[in-house]
Amino acid sequence: MTVYFTDQHEWVSVDGEIATVGITTHAAEQLGDVVFVELPAIGKVVSARKEAAVVESVKAASDVYTPVSGEVVEANEAVAAEPAKVNEDPEGAGWFFKVKLSNHGDLSNLMDKAAYDAFVAANG
Amino acid sequence: MAEPKKTQLNALHRELGGKMVEFGGYDMPVQFPTGVLKEHLHTRAACGLFDVSHMGQGALSGAGVAAAFEALVPGAIQELKPGQTRYTLLLNDQGGIRDDLMVTRPADDEDFSSLLLVVNAGTKDADFAHLAAHLGGKLAIERFEDRALLALQGPQAAAVFARHCPEAATMKFMTAAKLKVMGLDCIVWRSGYTGEDGYEISVPGDAAEDFARKLLAEPEVLPIGLGARDSLRLEAGLCLYGHDLDETTTPVEAALTWAIGKRRKMEKNFPGAEIIMNQLFDGASRKRVGILPLEKAPAREGTEIRSEAGETIGVITSGGFGPTVNAPIAMGYVPPAYAEDGTPLLLVVRGQARPARVAPMPFASHRYYRG
Repeated sequence: MTVYFTDQHEWVSVDGEIATVGITTHAAEQLGDVVFVELPAIGKVVSARKEAAVVESVKAASDVYTPVSGEVVEANEAVAAEPAKVNEDPEGAGWFFKVKLSNHGDLSNLMDKAAYDAFVAANG
Repeated sequence: MAEPKKTQLNALHRELGGKMVEFGGYDMPVQFPTGVLKEHLHTRAACGLFDVSHMGQGALSGAGVAAAFEALVPGAIQELKPGQTRYTLLLNDQGGIRDDLMVTRPADDEDFSSLLLVVNAGTKDADFAHLAAHLGGKLAIERFEDRALLALQGPQAAAVFARHCPEAATMKFMTAAKLKVMGLDCIVWRSGYTGEDGYEISVPGDAAEDFARKLLAEPEVLPIGLGARDSLRLEAGLCLYGHDLDETTTPVEAALTWAIGKRRKMEKNFPGAEIIMNQLFDGASRKRVGILPLEKAPAREGTEIRSEAGETIGVITSGGFGPTVNAPIAMGYVPPAYAEDGTPLLLVVRGQARPARVAPMPFASHRYYRG
């Protein structure tokens, strides 16, 4: 399974046609304790780099952008029920939603882990 | 934009890992590595130390100080007893709120010739200019620019502070005293902005960092940033100037009629008295209320409020997640017909109307020490 990263601090892990999306460890640290997650409805068609979910800390709400276009096939109800899971394991159990890829070309615009780490280091 | 100013504790905030933001013209910590959520809960469970040195401290002095100051505020200032503190409002001629502030008659001021003031950071220059313009001929106006202001808040604040200032233990809520703390000449108030018991302490600025370090060395105490200060005051139902109150908001609209003194209502001689008295008798067109979103999504400042019928009726002025309530909470303005507790409302969050209801404040019970 390959994991890609965006300059908007999401990750996407691709397994065949299905892409799992979440926010990066860096993003979760910057947000602080997550108190609310709003997930897209199953069946919703989302477009790459557009808002697809919302994550909120005590202080503020932030949009989560989908790195890839496609139809939402699953939403992680566990993080909706228990938002702290996002901080506990942002790049694992704290995933947000799964998309059935409509355009594999979306992936070519994304960073690998090394490139993302360098991006974070360069941009604080 | 001018470079943000620094309080006497700026270097300490940075050393403690504070995440710095600009607030009220100052470079202030919004949170420490503990994080907003745990800082909030720690203050409710134990004790938090807040730097509020960005606020404006000062004094008015001269014969007849209380009567003169009453020309600018609706509070009953002449009735203050030595050592008593009161929340009051600087009003404009339309009855709008220029600022909200704490006013204190010093405990040692037997002839009632001075008042201590603590005003908001973002409004302090305008406030003191306003005071100078109206009272400058009659009273001496002093700003304590060389003093820091710290708040020690939470159920363990009294026990912690007693180790450094035993005399403060018996002080009651909304009183003040000039006391020696750690050998320093301090002004100590039993008051705060969290809904908890605690103190606000004016400290000589050059000693403030050492003073803060000694309090932080107490096992119960953690440094708390502005993020938790905001969520704590919202749970306590307290207003934030510039958000819940402004120059277009009257005390009646803001549900602060308790801040208008009984004698002052009879005399009707405060700024905007005619407008405010008319609103007291006939009602205002809007009122500040507590609002509980019924779903999990927080409704932030600026959120549109609709009636159940779908009509736009108001706006959220403060809103977020209440860590102690463990749910979203908000306050906002609605017409009086929608201000009763339990009234169903809709809040438009991200284009979607979501159910809410008017709810009594505070959202978290006040735990002040009244003796």
